[in-house]
Amino acid sequence: MQASSSGSQDVDRAPSGPAQAWRNAPCPVVVTTGGGALADLNGAAELLLAGARPGTPLAGTPLSWLAGAHPAPGPDAGSGPVGGRVGERSFAAYPTGGDGGDTVWWLLDDTEEQAARTALREERERSAFLASASDELLASLNVDRSMETVARLSARHLADAAVVVAPPSGRWLPVTYADSSGEVTFRRLGAQAEDVPGLREALQGFPPVPSRWIDPAALPDWAVPEGFAGPVGSVVITPLPGHGVPAGALILLRRSGTAAFSDGEETFARLFATRAGAALSAASLYSEQARVTRTLMRDLLPPRLRQVHGVEFAGGYRAAEHRERVGGDFYDVHPGGAADQESFVVLGDVCGKGLDAAVLTGKIRNTLHALLPLAGDHDRVLNLLNDALLSLQDTRFATLVLASAVRDGERVRLRLTSAGHPAPLLVRADGRVEPAETHGSLVGVLPAVRSVTAEVSLAPGETCLLYTDGITEARGGPFGDELFGEERLQEALTECAGMPAEAVVERVQMLAAQWTGGGRKDDMAVVAVTAPYPGGGPGERAGR
Amino acid sequence: MSTGPGTADPVGPPHPPPAGADGLEAARTRLWEAVRVRDAEGATAAVHAPLDQGYDMESVLLDVIAPVQARVGREWAGNRMTVAEEHAATALNDRVVGALSAHPASRPGAPRGRVAVACVDGEWHALPARLLAEVLRVRGWEVDFLGAHVPSAHLVDHLHTTGPDAVALSSSLATRLPTAHAAVTACQAIGVPVLVGGAAFGAEGQYARLIGADAWAPDARGAAGLLAAGLPRPVPKGGGQPVDALPYLADQEYTMVGRTRPRLVRQVMGGLETRFPAMAEYGAAQRQRTAEDLAHVVDFLAAALYTDDDRLFGDFLVWTAGVLNSRGVPDRSLDPALELLAGILQDFPRSNRILAAGLASLAAARGAVDEGRPPGRTTENPPETEEFA
Repeated sequence: MQASSSGSQDVDRAPSGPAQAWRNAPCPVVVTTGGGALADLNGAAELLLAGARPGTPLAGTPLSWLAGAHPAPGPDAGSGPVGGRVGERSFAAYPTGGDGGDTVWWLLDDTEEQAARTALREERERSAFLASASDELLASLNVDRSMETVARLSARHLADAAVVVAPPSGRWLPVTYADSSGEVTFRRLGAQAEDVPGLREALQGFPPVPSRWIDPAALPDWAVPEGFAGPVGSVVITPLPGHGVPAGALILLRRSGTAAFSDGEETFARLFATRAGAALSAASLYSEQARVTRTLMRDLLPPRLRQVHGVEFAGGYRAAEHRERVGGDFYDVHPGGAADQESFVVLGDVCGKGLDAAVLTGKIRNTLHALLPLAGDHDRVLNLLNDALLSLQDTRFATLVLASAVRDGERVRLRLTSAGHPAPLLVRADGRVEPAETHGSLVGVLPAVRSVTAEVSLAPGETCLLYTDGITEARGGPFGDELFGEERLQEALTECAGMPAEAVVERVQMLAAQWTGGGRKDDMAVVAVTAPYPGGGPGERAGR
Repeated sequence: MSTGPGTADPVGPPHPPPAGADGLEAARTRLWEAVRVRDAEGATAAVHAPLDQGYDMESVLLDVIAPVQARVGREWAGNRMTVAEEHAATALNDRVVGALSAHPASRPGAPRGRVAVACVDGEWHALPARLLAEVLRVRGWEVDFLGAHVPSAHLVDHLHTTGPDAVALSSSLATRLPTAHAAVTACQAIGVPVLVGGAAFGAEGQYARLIGADAWAPDARGAAGLLAAGLPRPVPKGGGQPVDALPYLADQEYTMVGRTRPRLVRQVMGGLETRFPAMAEYGAAQRQRTAEDLAHVVDFLAAALYTDDDRLFGDFLVWTAGVLNSRGVPDRSLDPALELLAGILQDFPRSNRILAAGLASLAAARGAVDEGRPPGRTTENPPETEEFA
């Protein structure tokens, strides 16, 4: 029908021949004048343009976009196509040269192609956004930071403003606001989730509820960020499902006049919410675990030491594994009740490493704390500790050094007892280094502990160093496989005469750490007990 | 919060110089005299005096304690102070910083944000970082000072837990640059910007740029200024983004030299003993020191390979030569060790380039000192006088 009707018109209007082949082309073809009028058109074009006649100005036809494209005399043949719409359809118009400045336009329907291109572009943008959003969301395990990221990304990509509501903590509702400029504010509100329809259900997390559109008028003031320009046009509440725990809810706001959410956008928002919820719940699980760990760890961490009753104490500790903060080495200082009473120091090493060993060190430290009133008799303390360890039904044993220190005039008097542990080293003022004459059996194995206590005295500037074998058994050095060894430790200590306690500890720790390079394999603990110079320094008496 | 007289203005000069403008100079002299003889009471009095004259806390931290600590380092390098004296002086300076926090001038200014200050793993010189931490605290920051020698894993744990606005990382030794690089990228991966400072990052911060730190400051005031201006958060790129900033590492020379350090030290020791029979007479302690010095040379060669920077190695050699000379050890003992190392690493073009440049730097430094005496006389020296550290 079409072909015959257009064919008959062709015959009526113009001569046929190769130059007129466009008249029979299956696609619409129009000829335009340099003046922007329709000079001629084929049958397909007549059908498309519904009655447009030659001579009509292009501006009066659905092809007005062609006039705008080439207002001047016709383009050269072969220049690129011009795109435009006719009704519901999209066309690409390819120009070829015509007679006397006319242009012949071949209109190819590319509606489906354009739609596919648009869909592809949008899909690419979304997946690119989801990928970069996931990177940002997964980066931090900090709850506040994650809330901020979720709010900022939602406000920038999903709505004009976003409000992230975290599950209530006590009476407070933690709320994070973001506008499209990227400005983020955090508030802890005394508000109720019930104020916003659907928010309570969304915050419960499980079972997951679908996104819910609510009437903007039902929104309380606190759910709209400060400085949100104009009335709220549309609002959606989306739950943020986490790892089996409620992670929060997202309120997305759009202004009046801005298009409400399309189906595609809503699906997209849900995909984002899933990732955001996973990130938020990971962060809150991490922070909860970290809090529990910190609390449990507090008593296992080595204490900070300082000067007590005229005696300097300093300690240093380094766990074997980079990730660990505690291990099988430990130390403690219990200050004497008065200046003339002994302070009690313990440094020890439980066999094993890591958290299991650390838990046993905690038990030993607690037991020794309880035995403090008996600290005048080291042998008795060790035997009572031995009994306690044997009754724990823990097959592990421990070695330790007990030290009781008290100021005696300018000097410091020390009682030292080793139980299967390397003997403390005494650093004398003249640089001599000598092991204390104490020895004994380790605790937690035999029914009784035998020990010999040494009594020593430190002059000002002298130090007694308690250390674990992690120092002397550190492996490394310039040749890579040597033990640091007691000899090297003693040599290092000859330089430490007259140093403050913390400097001795730092020096020993530093040398041992540098010896191993990065390959530390054992816990290391050091405690220095130092007799300070009266007045803080040796002054002129140092003989400078 | 009120800004009392002790609060530093973050932009302009910290405080107008009060009457008796020689107060800081006098305080420096007093503090130096006190830490030199380990006089704790004198040291505390020395830093309180300028505060009582009206100087602010920042001036005392940065214009009294910091220069005195820098002098301690110079005196040690010049062999005018023993290791023990250096450690004692440093410990005393550290105590003095602690004692200052009780002074009324130590009250923090208007609250800002939160910042973590830490030393890179393997970095034991904590005082510069501590001074920065104190300066930031007085300026109103909530500061978490993590101290010396912080493993990256602990640092990252801390950042996850506290979510600070930025982290300031300190490192003095260029050999820690690969570790610093790891720490910087780890912090950035969780969206925390990193400011770095310390001699490790180069005099102009060139290595800070190389490892992609978000900011570098030559001193604590500069660092405080940058933090006050605000560092943008790095946008995390997701896990497993390859590091393509240092493409030359593909030649594996850095990895090989770093991993085979013990063998390289052993081989160079052997070579030196063949070349200088006198070394056979060395005692255990002397051999030990020689080996440790050689290990240092290899460490710095590795750092120069990591940064692909000849100057890093050359500067280290010139500095080492100065330290050796001040201890009466001829620095020409370095040259044969470098030549032996170049021979062992003959298949490593970048290592050879760096070693050759290092020898040239040493020669140039000697030329500057000797005023025209021809360098490179090493082989003419009688072996008996040769001593490597």
